[in-house]
Amino acid sequence: MAEPKSKVKSFQEWMEVRIWGLVTVTAVVLSIGGLVEIVPLFYMKNTFEHNKYPELIWNHDAPGSVPIVSVVDGKEQWNWKAGDGVRPYTALELAGRDIYQREGCYTCHSQMIRPFRDEKERYGHYSLASESAFDHPFQWGSKRTGPDLARVGGKYSDEWQRVHLRRPQSVVPESVMPAYPWLDKARVDGGKIQRHMKGLQAIGVPYADGDIEAAPKLVEGKTEMDALVTYLQVLGTMATLDESKVYRE
Amino acid sequence: MEAGLEQKYNFDVVRWFTIMAVVYLVVGAFVGVWIASELAWPFLNFDSPYISFGRLRPVHTNAVIFAFGGCVLMATAFYTVQRTCGVRLWSDKLAWFVFWGWNAIIVLAVITLPLGFTQAKEYAELEWPIDILIAVVWLAFSFNFMMTIAKRKTSHIYVSNWFFLGMMVMITYLHVVNSLAIPVGLFKSYSVFSGVQDAMIQWWWGHNAVGFYLTAGFLGIMYYFVPKQANRPIYSYRLSVIHFWALMFGYVWLGAHHLQYTALPDWAGSLGAAVSLAMIIPSWGGAVNGMMTLSGAWDKLRTDYVLRFLIIALAFYAMSTFEGPVMSLKTVNALSHYTDWTVGHVHSGALGWVAGISIGAIYHLMTRLWHTEMYSEKLVNFHFWTATIGTVIYIVAMWVSGIMQGLMWRAYDEFGTLAYTFVESVDAMHPYYAMRAIGGMIFLFGAIVMLFNILMTVRKSVSEGSLNKARALPAAA
Repeated sequence: MAEPKSKVKSFQEWMEVRIWGLVTVTAVVLSIGGLVEIVPLFYMKNTFEHNKYPELIWNHDAPGSVPIVSVVDGKEQWNWKAGDGVRPYTALELAGRDIYQREGCYTCHSQMIRPFRDEKERYGHYSLASESAFDHPFQWGSKRTGPDLARVGGKYSDEWQRVHLRRPQSVVPESVMPAYPWLDKARVDGGKIQRHMKGLQAIGVPYADGDIEAAPKLVEGKTEMDALVTYLQVLGTMATLDESKVYRE
Repeated sequence: MEAGLEQKYNFDVVRWFTIMAVVYLVVGAFVGVWIASELAWPFLNFDSPYISFGRLRPVHTNAVIFAFGGCVLMATAFYTVQRTCGVRLWSDKLAWFVFWGWNAIIVLAVITLPLGFTQAKEYAELEWPIDILIAVVWLAFSFNFMMTIAKRKTSHIYVSNWFFLGMMVMITYLHVVNSLAIPVGLFKSYSVFSGVQDAMIQWWWGHNAVGFYLTAGFLGIMYYFVPKQANRPIYSYRLSVIHFWALMFGYVWLGAHHLQYTALPDWAGSLGAAVSLAMIIPSWGGAVNGMMTLSGAWDKLRTDYVLRFLIIALAFYAMSTFEGPVMSLKTVNALSHYTDWTVGHVHSGALGWVAGISIGAIYHLMTRLWHTEMYSEKLVNFHFWTATIGTVIYIVAMWVSGIMQGLMWRAYDEFGTLAYTFVESVDAMHPYYAMRAIGGMIFLFGAIVMLFNILMTVRKSVSEGSLNKARALPAAA
């Protein structure tokens, strides 16, 4: 204040005559909102419901210690059954999920049920954060041109899903969904799925090494249609949700 | 007065970006009309993987946002920074690298997306090798821009450049963080984040691609081209300072409002919604500042068709920045989320504001860069009306269908059971999907007329030799 009249009158003007000053201050201002909203999600316990209800996650005491399914003498042996808790996707399910992403299903289908009465009746229990804890990337979606798929598993038979994917209008005449006839013609590549599972394991998805070893055998001879239907059929069936529990405030 | 500008500044790269922007406007709008038609008449998917809706929709969004929007931003940023700093671009070579690099990215996007190579995150679908290329080209663009400002002849940095700078910094943050992924093949990767954290980061990206790429960047355009076209100074310097900092600070928080009532913790969604509501003030600050620049010169709208585009864009901007905060209110969001209302809101911003201000700026640039008048002023006016009417038809269709979907999904009959099956709501959308496609077709037709008009203007310039004459003029002192 007591200074003689200087050329630069305010902080704003100080920035307006300094490109790197302006860039630096802008960069600081721009980082605040993101830091406040994103960083706590990695630290706050209440982000995931399984911190309060560990049973939501399968094998929560020693994740990655037991394979989900192994192949013994050409037969599948499952260590997990529906309702045992959220777990990584098996090789075939992951192959299906890759196809789900490739075909852009997320552009028309959500996988996130909101806690409303109508959504509960139409789709089931509201979705929990723990249920997509192993989903890289998340597939919650933003648009329901078609219905939500978060709990579509077991709602229709495998055969219905196949017929529907080949020609949606044959079972739902008013549908605007494209047909996916090419899924029957392509086979799932075991080596590729193995690489995909290794990548996911490297970023923290709790696969047992046995899961990855068994991958080629589990997908052998399977078509992309088999894979996608298997993926759809597991959606929402992993954890058993208890109506009497308050998972989210 | 304009003598020597061609020697002093690098306008060649601006010219190329300008022409490519219009080409991509036509391509992006065409793909948009096609996928809109697929929803109205599903046989248009033709059982082909390459043009099925799920693969083509990212082609549309990437083409309009990154191909069209990107070329407009690069043309106008490189033009504005030279004119407002009084110096040539810091590096011509780097500018050409940005041009070829950006166009290579677009070509790669057009090839890889229909093949199904995607990260499956909205507006960030491109796979990791292309993401790396985007980061390199974007940083080259930003660095060239900043270095040009660093060697400026003027004392103060003009307000347009603040907005461009804000965009450059924020898009760098967003693109780098949101695209972090583990490659598991040449064109396959998985996001390193999962579930709820991935969702928050994705919408931090998603809404700020809107907030910084499609808003801050285009406000930078507004702050140069509106005063220039109106030939009047910007209405209020003070308002521009306040709304710049409020926008920079506030917009970043909004992403969470896309995830209300989801498995994202409630505090984050509510925080996003609260800041969203407050954002109406800085947004309208910008709209008012642009519109009031015309104060005392409103009659120009009667004769100046380019100014019409710029001002209607500001009107759409004001409208959609009012609609946005309303849609982020929890009670409204409960109805509007997952419906076509969101799609309509995006398009009132994208067609009305972004395309409107871009088209105005491009017509302004055409006459300056080719040193001639437009081939046809009448066609500019015709384009104005097709763009406006097409946009209005589009957003009205989506308002009706969106609200109808929301209401049908939650409707109960007298027995307390759901009144409609999901597919009944799909069936009810048909007329509005057809109407939306028609609105898009009208908009697309206008874009084609624009492409014709600017190509004829280039031809006119060639036959008059106006560009060559301008190049031959001695450099200004």
